[in-house]
Amino acid sequence: MTTTDLIGKIIQVLVGLAAFAAVLGLVLFFIDRAPKKGRDVIQLVAFLLPAMILVAIGLVYPAIRTTITAFGDKSGNFIGLDNFVWMFTQPEALITLRNTVIWVILVPLVSTIVGLAYAVFIDKSRGERIYKVLVFMPLAISFVGAGIIWKFVYEYRPAERDQIGLLNQFLVWFGQEPVLWLQTEPVNTLLLIVVLIWVETGFAMVVLSASIKGVPVEQVEAAELDGTNAWQRFRNVTLPSIRGGLVVVVTTITIATLKVFDIVRTMTGGNFNTSVVANEMYTQAFRAVQPGRGAALALILFVMVLPIVIYNVRVMRQQKEIR
Amino acid sequence: MSDNVVDLPLPGAAKPRDTTFEVAAADLTKAGRVKRRLTSRTATIASLVIAVIWTIPTFGLLLSSFRPEELIRTTGWWTIFQNPGFTLDNYRDVLFSSSSSAPQLGSYFVNSLAISIPATIFPLVLASMAAYAFAWIKFKWSGALFVFIFALQIVPIQMALIPLLQMFTTALQPMQDQIHAVIPIIPEDTYLQVWVAHTIFALPLAIFLLHNFISDIPSEVIEAAKVDGASHSQLFFQIVLPLALPAIASFAIFQFLWVWNDLLVALVFSGGTADVAPLTQRLAELSGNRGQDWQRLTAGAFVSLVVPLIVFFSLQRYFVRGLLAGSTKG
Repeated sequence: MTTTDLIGKIIQVLVGLAAFAAVLGLVLFFIDRAPKKGRDVIQLVAFLLPAMILVAIGLVYPAIRTTITAFGDKSGNFIGLDNFVWMFTQPEALITLRNTVIWVILVPLVSTIVGLAYAVFIDKSRGERIYKVLVFMPLAISFVGAGIIWKFVYEYRPAERDQIGLLNQFLVWFGQEPVLWLQTEPVNTLLLIVVLIWVETGFAMVVLSASIKGVPVEQVEAAELDGTNAWQRFRNVTLPSIRGGLVVVVTTITIATLKVFDIVRTMTGGNFNTSVVANEMYTQAFRAVQPGRGAALALILFVMVLPIVIYNVRVMRQQKEIR
Repeated sequence: MSDNVVDLPLPGAAKPRDTTFEVAAADLTKAGRVKRRLTSRTATIASLVIAVIWTIPTFGLLLSSFRPEELIRTTGWWTIFQNPGFTLDNYRDVLFSSSSSAPQLGSYFVNSLAISIPATIFPLVLASMAAYAFAWIKFKWSGALFVFIFALQIVPIQMALIPLLQMFTTALQPMQDQIHAVIPIIPEDTYLQVWVAHTIFALPLAIFLLHNFISDIPSEVIEAAKVDGASHSQLFFQIVLPLALPAIASFAIFQFLWVWNDLLVALVFSGGTADVAPLTQRLAELSGNRGQDWQRLTAGAFVSLVVPLIVFFSLQRYFVRGLLAGSTKG
């Protein structure tokens, strides 16, 4: 990077910010001086319209267009359901769907269970704060970063050389041959899933830990006096009280899992039969120049996400009302 | 400042207290002692094991990024005591080396910042204005329109990518070319497309969350100011914005990290050159093409992680709130 480049970039950002501020300032300046009559309408328009226009041209219109594109071929001619037929009959597309199903089952399940167990174990223990930070930290970093971190764990060296990937080193320590993990089906998909579990467990843990702290102490103590053991208390007191939190965690992670893209892209690029819907959508639309198929996959993604989001929102609302 | 934290709608928390990490102090209560005594040894061991498993991959990468190339390629980082070595060359190489084969991450780091900062400010300003209008300006269809905006969160980004790219190519590209003609120091590929895309994708969630907060401002405050003759823009800047600042801060952190960590929007809209592309895109590319250059990948990954981690550790409270509130985005 030369200094000129850097200056150009800084100027660009400053110009962008200044233009934005100038337009906004002008608009607000003039609405305060608008004629008394109709001032309310003008003010409303000034406050609301910028966001509404952006959303309309950037989300509403594209969503409709994509829906139409899903029923067309490369050059946009209407071909009915062919793209969907492709998706549900071609082997490579079917593998994508199968992988997505595996992801959606495993990631929410494992991250919620591990996150919950961890939250219970560390609850009120010494150093709870540090324990939390350690598991929560992956949530701050990018999926690309997480992908690289785990790719290093899975790295392969031929048996006669020293391993540099931790997983293969474990195999060697136990007298096994090292494995080309990311190229070996079907274990490679599971190893990619581990990465998302690694990230989402922190989310589950923080939300559930907050829920656990909301369980009334009196109830727990009463159960203790009744001579119950820790597991019974967890089953009969804690678990019912954190049901709402559990639902939110599972649905939220499910949505995130359906949309997973970066991990697959960074670690295998979707090769070796590891592709998922969101990755295949990108590949078809922007690499294979098959906008129809890409759009159809996007539509499927939408249809899969839709009921979960609605349910998620409803539960969150109920929780808010309880509060 | 840290005590008047916002109430963004927080999933899962049965009570608004104690969402974050400062629990340790409260532990010396009676209930805490009772419970701690009962926390079994197995639980402690299990949590230790989980914590270690969760930390080791990152730790290994961090450690490796400071090892000389030769050692990274031939020995595991866990043999650091048998094969000691420490160097900053990897970082020097990925950040500043100008050889054509080097990752040149310095450039991309600047891009990440140049994308993230405006892409956080733009949607926040527009969204808080819209949220203000929804909350405090009465108009027909206000409720229905708000529900519609809220519902737009359901649309996955993937649904919007193809048409939006087509529109940008026809509408924004000529504009960029013109800007380049007038100010030659600004390249033809600018951040404009990425900014606009991120702004659009952030709006529904931002409007929804900020509306929740802005509509909670007591109406007496707003009415009193109106009686004093304040205009809507005065109200907005002098009363609503300062009061909503904690909520805005939470969302700002979430949005900043979301943009910083994003790969998909960058891939589609940045064009992939060193003029525009962010770190994530460059790293994904390196991981694909030069997957064996671990001395570069390890150091490069940490260059991209350092900003989120700083935000994470310095603004933890806001970070948790913002992250939880926006966790379904994308």
